[in-house]
Amino acid sequence: MTQKLEPVPARLRLPAGLRRFDPAVATAFGCIVALLLVGSFYSRSFLSPEYLLQQFQVGAFLALVATGMMVVVLLGQIDLSVPWIVTVGGMMSTAAAGHGAAGAALAIPFGVLCGVGLGVVNGIGVAYLRVPSMIFTLGIDAVAQGLMVLRTGGSAPQDMATPLMGQLATGHAILGMPNAVWVWIAVGTATVILLGRTTFGRSVYAIGNRESAAYLSGVHTRRIVLLAFALSGGLSALAGTMLAGYSGKAYQGMGDGYLLPAIAAVVLGGTSILGGRGSYLGTTAGVILITLLQSILSVVQMPDAGRQVIYGAVILAMLLLYGRSSRVGG
Amino acid sequence: MKDWQYRLRGARTTLSAIAVFIVIFALYAAKHDGGFTGNVAQTAANKGVLLAFVAIGQCFVVLTAGIDLSVGAVFILADCLASTLVTGSPLAVAFGVVAVLVAGLACGLVNGLIVVYGRLQPIVATIATGAIYFGLALWVRPEPGGDIDSNLADAVTGQLPGGIPSSLVLLLAIILLVWVPFRRSVMGRAVYAVGSSEASAYMSGLPIRRAKLLAYGFAGLFSAVGGLMLSFITYSGEASATNASTYTLNSIAAVVIGGVSLFGGAGSAIGAVFGALIFRTINDLLFVFDLDPLWQPLFLGLVLLAAVSFGSLRLLRIRNRLELFGQ
Repeated sequence: MTQKLEPVPARLRLPAGLRRFDPAVATAFGCIVALLLVGSFYSRSFLSPEYLLQQFQVGAFLALVATGMMVVVLLGQIDLSVPWIVTVGGMMSTAAAGHGAAGAALAIPFGVLCGVGLGVVNGIGVAYLRVPSMIFTLGIDAVAQGLMVLRTGGSAPQDMATPLMGQLATGHAILGMPNAVWVWIAVGTATVILLGRTTFGRSVYAIGNRESAAYLSGVHTRRIVLLAFALSGGLSALAGTMLAGYSGKAYQGMGDGYLLPAIAAVVLGGTSILGGRGSYLGTTAGVILITLLQSILSVVQMPDAGRQVIYGAVILAMLLLYGRSSRVGG
Repeated sequence: MKDWQYRLRGARTTLSAIAVFIVIFALYAAKHDGGFTGNVAQTAANKGVLLAFVAIGQCFVVLTAGIDLSVGAVFILADCLASTLVTGSPLAVAFGVVAVLVAGLACGLVNGLIVVYGRLQPIVATIATGAIYFGLALWVRPEPGGDIDSNLADAVTGQLPGGIPSSLVLLLAIILLVWVPFRRSVMGRAVYAVGSSEASAYMSGLPIRRAKLLAYGFAGLFSAVGGLMLSFITYSGEASATNASTYTLNSIAAVVIGGVSLFGGAGSAIGAVFGALIFRTINDLLFVFDLDPLWQPLFLGLVLLAAVSFGSLRLLRIRNRLELFGQ
């Protein structure tokens, strides 16, 4: 955790216009194009707008989770409580939907609020109790799982999604684009503004680079960390409510497949796992990359074993292209 | 301070893990319906050593300030390999055991090579290799099943004369034969030094690359020992994604409960073993107290949170806010 980037020597700097373009992000987008080309050899339909829009719709859930994960990773922390907070989002929103018209109207906010609540506890543990995030968020994941098991075990609670949740996940309300993609665009735009144009965003980068320096500069570091975890929890839960809408109901283990792909998407997008460096554009590229990779591997009907091996090998290969850290010593 | 006081202070976290285990296990044994018999000890030991072996493996890597998120996948891969290889004639069984262990070691070394020479962050590198190892496990055993030499399995998971669980003896033997010599060797010191400060270790001329390679190699090897034990207990192999991720995450919990610092350089494999045993015993504690099994995951999570938050008491002693940020 002690390795930090050294400043780039002046002669290696690119002109101002090009310098803003992170080579990692460029490589990630290059890999997306390469993946699509490889896919198009197999079937023409890989380049059709319908296929791509469908992939974006599926990728939107991962994108929401990865957005929250990215903010936390920028701090140099990690949020391992994603799987069960996604499930909490799905289950709590469908639970609220069982309480008449008012419940149905408040279903989504209630689900998200439950995620924010768990995220706040994560933040208290990491920021105020100074427990390493890797273990504290793991504990919150277990607690969230425990609460959900208690709720569903022994009885069959209401778990059907409201029509609004279904609409949000699968409908095409505006311009024929899936609503899930609109949610992704809205959250993405808000995050870009949040990270680039607000005190909160600049503080996140500052804390990720060196928390003590940020503290000495007057940043309320603990409050920022708390907010970042709350944001991550809320976005995971939002993904959960939409996922419940997508499949019509909430179920245990619905968030299991989102933790590792989210971390992989964030890192493939060029965000340093040590914190302080990374752009939202990169995370978007990472999400698209992971979604396409998963989709192509399933379309070519690769057996699950080969799919796992190729999935891991491709991520490794791409990381080796641009994710390497600086050398210790010489 | 005297010499022994320094040593005591260094072993404080390990000793408290042992003390907590003794208290919890005594509670468990006292409340158990059948009383404390050889069979109770055998069942408890067999369940405990699985996580204990994986936790020892994780401990080596965490000591270098790294993390290995592929231990669960290696554990499952070893289980699947064992269910196809460890069967047949005695010679074939012996070959099978060696092959499984070599495969585990190889998985660990690949992680090490990627982290050391590929210079990738351990957390992301091992997520990716974990996917690969799990894919291999699925390839070896697409459907649950397989066969294990039952003589060997019964010998390793059964009881020795006097009711002593043989899996526990195996665990003890491995700690004595591997951990104790390792801790006293130059490599052992190098692993701790890398975890404390990689740059200082490099400046002191310690073999930091070999130390890291060794740590990841051991992580793979011990996870494979755990997987081998799993196949001895279940007499079969299964490529279960749930088990893989559960064991990975529980191994992190076990090393932390066992007093190994996630920042590296502090703790011991003995602590990790007791951390794992504590974790498993808490699970069983609920059954003997007749609590609804539905409460089990919540209780486990709360205990984990309480255990890790306990370390926050040190914050009360901090005089300068800047010490909070450490590192």
